Amino acid sequence: MIKRHPEPLLWVLFSAGGVMSALLMPILMALFGLAFPLGWIAPPSYEHINALVAHPLTRLILFALSMLSLFHWAHRFRYTLYDGLQIKHLNELVAILCYGSALAGSVIAALLLWWPHVIR
Amino acid sequence: MLQPHAHSDGKPHVYTAYHPRWLRHHTSTYWWLQKRSYFAFILRELSCLFVAWFAVYLLMLVRAIGRGEAAYQDFLAWSASAPVLLLNLVSFGFIVYHAITFFMAAPQAIVVHIGGRRVASGLVGGAHYLAWMVVSAVVAWLLLGAR
Repeated sequence: MIKRHPEPLLWVLFSAGGVMSALLMPILMALFGLAFPLGWIAPPSYEHINALVAHPLTRLILFALSMLSLFHWAHRFRYTLYDGLQIKHLNELVAILCYGSALAGSVIAALLLWWPHVIR
Repeated sequence: MLQPHAHSDGKPHVYTAYHPRWLRHHTSTYWWLQKRSYFAFILRELSCLFVAWFAVYLLMLVRAIGRGEAAYQDFLAWSASAPVLLLNLVSFGFIVYHAITFFMAAPQAIVVHIGGRRVASGLVGGAHYLAWMVVSAVVAWLLLGAR
């Protein structure tokens, strides 16, 4: 029986997360992180943003962006600790903590987007 | 070839004939401070922390919207507080750095062939930057223009 390694799947999640965050995050961060709080641009009204987030396609994109970005972080951070701080002896623990956090974050994202009453 | 040999504590000690000596160079934990390119590499790697932060920030926004108008306004006010603003300013720099470096690497990772000929790497990279601009414009229009 061929033993399957999760590494190729983790690299796919890392790449997909890298692309999605690169495409969407700069504009979202520029608006919500800087332009709205600094008063450069008026933020969208509650009715408008609520309707936007309620759209099924927006939810799907927000879920994909959150989930893939978290797995992008998990994979890259794991290798940063491995190469940068050279804590190779803790490789398994670091991997469990990184991917475990990304998985937990993805579950929370799904709950917030589709079943918000569960974690209110 | 293994040669058992009596040890002083009575336990046999196993030697391996012609065992090579390990040649290991010790690498400093701070190797990434030695060259500008190494430092740029580690900064690029650390950009993932800010990508993760923004994913969390976005989910907090979604949670606030789900809780009603007052929670949304509270979230906007909290975003305008100095520590959050500072964190988001730094995050914005790292996220843009992440985007540029990721799109720069794209032509090396994606090899496209059309009609048996390889598409020029500049075109693959350019397509990513074009997609970035289009996506940014659509998001800005959805949030600001279509209200």
